[in-house]
Amino acid sequence: MATRDEIKFLSNPTIGGQRKKYCRFKKFGIKHIDYKDPDFLLQFINDQGKILPRRITGNSLKYQKKVAIAVKRARHLAILPYVADLLK
Amino acid sequence: MRQYEVTFIVDPVLSGDEIKKTAKTYNDMIAKEGGKIVNEDNIGLKQLAYPINKRSSGIYFCTEFQVETGEMINRMELAFRRDERVMRFLTVHLDKYGVKYNEDKRNGLIGTKKKNDKDEVKPDPSKKPPYKDKKKAKPAAAAPAAPATPPTPAPVAAAAPVVAPETVKAPEPTPVANVKSEEE
Repeated sequence: MATRDEIKFLSNPTIGGQRKKYCRFKKFGIKHIDYKDPDFLLQFINDQGKILPRRITGNSLKYQKKVAIAVKRARHLAILPYVADLLK
Repeated sequence: MRQYEVTFIVDPVLSGDEIKKTAKTYNDMIAKEGGKIVNEDNIGLKQLAYPINKRSSGIYFCTEFQVETGEMINRMELAFRRDERVMRFLTVHLDKYGVKYNEDKRNGLIGTKKKNDKDEVKPDPSKKPPYKDKKKAKPAAAAPAAPATPPTPAPVAAAAPVVAPETVKAPEPTPVANVKSEEE
């Protein structure tokens, strides 16, 4: 019986594999999200300035809510745009 | 005691003195209302993400303060609304994590929060230190070795012609030479 090491795949089997998503706030122990830090918040919005859903960022519900609040506060203070194009 | 943080944007077309005066007005107001100012921060001129009142930039100020009750917040915000020099303002109540975050930031512990956590973790586990130790060990070892080396090469060199045929001695001088070259 051939082991996995011996089998030659036509394509790399590790490509396209689902990587497990995780909540970065829980993993790194981040407790507070600063609304004055646009570089950090940029990770949670898309090119148009929309807040990314949990299913993409992998945030837990608790921190997704905090991220959303922080992004909205940043928008109010013109640190992040409400609407944008090619933000990243 | 409740801790708050107020961030406001001042019109950039005003003169430098007037901008400072505006910020001072509100800091004085907080103090007058019985608040204790923890930190005042002049973030400075920043480009706005979208135009406000036909201005594309603004001067950001951020003040952290403690008050017994939030009663005075309403009065302060009313003053902000009436003030034409202030383009935007935001008052936020800080929870214990927020207070700690701002404290850490003032002490220069964080560039961004995430980095901070990683940095805090890194020195502790035994994974990283070996690299650092090696680097540290080299100069440390080289320093004591430096005064020691000048006398030693002489006997070795003197001994070398005598014991030259011995292969055991041969590798020894080379590391010494390496160390010397590194020092230089």
